[in-house]
Amino acid sequence: MYMKLNSNMRMNMPKLASKINADAQEFRDNAVAMQILVDDLHKKVGVIAMGGPERSRKRHLDKGKLLPRERVERLLDPGTPFLEIGQFAAYEVYEDDVPAAGVIAGIGRVSGRECMIVCNDATVKGGSYYPLTVKKHLRAQEIARENNLPCIYLVDSGGANLPRQDEVFPDKEHFGRIFFNQATMSAQGIAQIAVVMGSCTAGGAYVPAMADESIIVADQATIFLAGPPLVKAATGEVVSAEDLGGGMLHAKTSGVVDHLASNDAHALQIARNSVAALGDAETSYLPSVSEAPAYDEDELLGIIPSDTRQPFDVREIIARIVDGSKFEEFKKLYGETLVCGFAKIHGYQVGIVANNGVLFSESALKGSHFVQLCAKRKIPLVFLQNITGFMVGSKYEAGGIAKDGAKFVTAVACAQVPKFTIVIGGSYGAGNYGMCGRAYSPRLMFMWPNARISVMGGEQAASVLATITRDGKERRGEAWSAKEEDDFRAPILEKYEREGHPYYASARLWDDGIIAPTDTRRVLGLGLAMSANGKVPDTEFGIFRM
Amino acid sequence: MTKKITKILIANRGEIACRVMKTARKMGIQTVAVYSDADRKALHVRTADEAIHIGPSPAIESYLVIDKIIDACKQSGADAVHPGYGFLSENAEFARRLKKEDIIFIGPTPESMDAMGLKDAAKKLMEKAGVPVTPGYHGKDQDPQLLKAKAGMIGYPVLIKAVAGGGGKGMRKVDAEGDFLDALASCQREAHSSFGNDIVLIEKYILSPRHIEVQVFGDQHGNVVHMYERDCSLQRRHQKVIEEAPAPGMTEDVRHAMTKAAIEAAKAVNYEGAGTVEFIVDGSGKLRTDGFWFMEMNTRLQVEHPVTEMITGLDLVELQIRVAQGEKLPEQKDISLYGHAVEARLYAEDPANDFLPSIGRIWSMDDSEYRDSEGGFRIDTGVSSKDNISVYYDPMIAKVIGYSHEREAAILQAEHGLIEIQVSGLTTNISFLLNCLRNSVFIKGDISTGFIEEQSSTLMTPDLNQCDEILALSALRLEAEALSHTHNLPFDQHEGWRMNQDRNASYYFQRDDEPIRVCILESNEKYANVQIDDNEPLRISFLEASETFTNITQSLTYYCEWAYAIRDNHISLFNDGVFAQAYFYDPSTETLSVNAGDTITSPMPGKILAVNVKVGDTVTKGDKLIIMEAMKMEMSLEAPRDGVVSVVNCEVNALVTDGELLLELETETEEKS
Repeated sequence: MYMKLNSNMRMNMPKLASKINADAQEFRDNAVAMQILVDDLHKKVGVIAMGGPERSRKRHLDKGKLLPRERVERLLDPGTPFLEIGQFAAYEVYEDDVPAAGVIAGIGRVSGRECMIVCNDATVKGGSYYPLTVKKHLRAQEIARENNLPCIYLVDSGGANLPRQDEVFPDKEHFGRIFFNQATMSAQGIAQIAVVMGSCTAGGAYVPAMADESIIVADQATIFLAGPPLVKAATGEVVSAEDLGGGMLHAKTSGVVDHLASNDAHALQIARNSVAALGDAETSYLPSVSEAPAYDEDELLGIIPSDTRQPFDVREIIARIVDGSKFEEFKKLYGETLVCGFAKIHGYQVGIVANNGVLFSESALKGSHFVQLCAKRKIPLVFLQNITGFMVGSKYEAGGIAKDGAKFVTAVACAQVPKFTIVIGGSYGAGNYGMCGRAYSPRLMFMWPNARISVMGGEQAASVLATITRDGKERRGEAWSAKEEDDFRAPILEKYEREGHPYYASARLWDDGIIAPTDTRRVLGLGLAMSANGKVPDTEFGIFRM
Repeated sequence: MTKKITKILIANRGEIACRVMKTARKMGIQTVAVYSDADRKALHVRTADEAIHIGPSPAIESYLVIDKIIDACKQSGADAVHPGYGFLSENAEFARRLKKEDIIFIGPTPESMDAMGLKDAAKKLMEKAGVPVTPGYHGKDQDPQLLKAKAGMIGYPVLIKAVAGGGGKGMRKVDAEGDFLDALASCQREAHSSFGNDIVLIEKYILSPRHIEVQVFGDQHGNVVHMYERDCSLQRRHQKVIEEAPAPGMTEDVRHAMTKAAIEAAKAVNYEGAGTVEFIVDGSGKLRTDGFWFMEMNTRLQVEHPVTEMITGLDLVELQIRVAQGEKLPEQKDISLYGHAVEARLYAEDPANDFLPSIGRIWSMDDSEYRDSEGGFRIDTGVSSKDNISVYYDPMIAKVIGYSHEREAAILQAEHGLIEIQVSGLTTNISFLLNCLRNSVFIKGDISTGFIEEQSSTLMTPDLNQCDEILALSALRLEAEALSHTHNLPFDQHEGWRMNQDRNASYYFQRDDEPIRVCILESNEKYANVQIDDNEPLRISFLEASETFTNITQSLTYYCEWAYAIRDNHISLFNDGVFAQAYFYDPSTETLSVNAGDTITSPMPGKILAVNVKVGDTVTKGDKLIIMEAMKMEMSLEAPRDGVVSVVNCEVNALVTDGELLLELETETEEKS
């Protein structure tokens, strides 16, 4: 059902006034520092996007196959954007180099519909499933389910990574969950389309078999539960891969697939036709006419101080993300360290929750109120995270900051509207929870390259541990020199810096990716459009501790 | 003794049929179209008050069959036939048969047709009437050696012409004695196959000749008038390309001499109706009263008659009908000449490919006409959007006639007409026509029948469909189209955005069955960089060009110069009347080599009803080899591939079980590849 377009009446929302001086030395220094991070990000993604090593790619091409990214390109409607997720998955996690965890995933438009595309990269370890490959595949399916996106699996994989079978096979969130998801999404009416373009062995064979509709490339792709070597070992039968599970067999005899394609391009075209036959998507909400921000989006690079201890006004960020830089701020004078308000992004009405300092009780109460408003009105929420945590100290504990924080966490956890989280700075401690961290199921979560995420800052962790250590030593009457303390602190700082880094976080799929600040508005717009495919349920909140 | 015509059957098709109907309708006369299979849905059929099917597509089995036309007249009750041009228009036998049936033939008497139909006899008659004729041999003796000797006497270069020929067919120019016999043989072959008559004549070939013809008209009361001359010198292989009236450089005394000769020619055969007396004119200097010679007389309405209509203000078809009704012609003094008209013949043919006809469907065309106080353009056509140009008939799409107070302005109007008509879907000669009209030599009026050959380097344009720029422009158009979506949703925008990577707005086209990737690397308000496969990127400007182009290729990198239309499987781009197409890549057209096996087995239990082959028969994939009945349904079992039947394992009425082997093909041996 199409909802009515928002009325065309001109909103008289106040426009944010920017106080940024883009010519100031400090601003320019910040921008340079951020640009270096962005350049590094782009460079690394450039390498990741190449996929497997040269010789694997060449072998792949020699077989007449298209490279996986080319497959995705040909599947997508020409000239449309592709909202990729998990680019950094498995980055420097395994001894092996497994770019993008050997599977490309993202949201793109196919035959006019936003779909989730999951594409194995056979040039990366034969497309086999490492633990993070499984995790990424499941994350893609989760996004598809939450946002009601048809799934298209471009299958070219040897299946589970056998040496790591204990990490990919048995558990709930392991390989089997892929097929569980296919079955249950199919039950929900979320189309499952598989295009078998290479090997599809053992458990993997269930991807096309469980699909609503499946396509296979003749004389190239195979599907079987056990490949020729295993068959020979088990029964002594000698059979070629093509005869055992080739396209002709499955299209003509077994019925495992529904369409036989002459090559990759043809198979992708059939997939596009299958999506076209699904009909139009139902949209929960539609944008009104969009308007570019009044301020230059490129200035997003220079707003955040390279010295993370320097404060900045998060409204400067909001002003460069929202339509016309217009922002109707809610409870502006109350709980000022949390900025809440209504705005539009690419014409979509959103509620924005953004940190502007440490969270106090008032901030948390304000946030709780605002999230309730949005949930009741079914307005998607955007969280701009830059949070060191809730305020500490006896005054605040006595003031009940724990229960106010709990209210905020309850509100965010229960809100059923689409939620989007962008980590623009620090993401520490319980602040991460209140501000819709990964555990709070934002529909999408992205980090800026300058962001950091950990239970607390490295400096704080080192101080806490040093204090405990020093106290112990003092109790025992031992001396602890300044140098000894520094030596003690250094590895802790190093560990927190490394593990809090976006590359480290994104490699483990604690988020959906890392984006340049200047892509924030775009990514949010695409995310909002994606979520519009799903229904927005009514929210029921849990008990708010009063 | 006038007899009012009430219903005209047009024994023709295409634009001339539509043209005749237009006038008939204006005069309140009903119209009857005839059509072949191929023309079932043609414009002339849609235009007519009624239409009668007269047979298969080849003209020889439909439009040229006199009996069928006469039957159609009787069936429809038509009291007159307009033959148009071509087909039966100069067939005296046809005119006689109609007369016998008491149906009016809108054209000359069979006797005048006979007199003018055979060119050698016509020339003799003209000589007798005092009309100048070119030196030549028009004898009955067709001995090749004699013909060769005559050619030598006339002096090379000579022209061999089929006596029954016309329209450029059955004509050969011979430059030297050594080539004569070959040219003769080929001319005779063509004459025989086209006209069923291989008798030829030989004429002197005049250097720098011009083709100037005089429109004449006779009535049943012995009046013959002329409607001035037309210059049809712009010809390609004796096919007229551009015609105009009046002739450039014509003087009053030469016009007087020529029209007088033309009227004498018409009078010599007691001519009735519209006719054209063609002269070959020495164009090597100023036109002279002794510098023209009678070539032939066409006893019909000419293709190019509109230019005469535009300068005289007369409707020649109306005059034809009135004359046929026995009415009197206007007097010569009342027929005046004003202004200038230029006609260009738009054909579905490919100048880059030796002008081969391009058969197919017209996706779109705009036949609106235009007129203001300075002149305008007229379009005579027999097709419209979605119509087909078939292999069976002349692939002319339209005649575009520009007219104005003077020649240069008329040429411009013709150009405008060609640009506005915007035919898409098949290749046309439009760029060639425009190049002719814009040629400075032509504009000066310095024309001869050798013009096109001499100027060919300036008249030909490259095959736009092979230009990379066309693909780049097409991709940009597709992108712009996608961006213009009314929803303006985020997925409609951010052209080809890729997270943390270069954007990838790739479009796939195909050329010569090969996929081509066209990637828009960069675009801003001023220009775009577009890469075709891995080639050096092309820069396409979004700004209007600061200078005007004299050649279409110069505008290839200017986006806004090109209009477009997007179809299911291709995009058409138009500029300056020229159009190019880029086909979208369609991988589904790549055939799947399915090895369907060598045998036919019964798909279910049933009874054999028929076995259509025996061992040793050669079969083609899809042939119905066996018919069986099962579950009360008949089904045919088809040949799985091409091959030879080696085993037939069933007979009629046999009951077969599921999976029983019924037929086998010989196993394929290594065949010659």
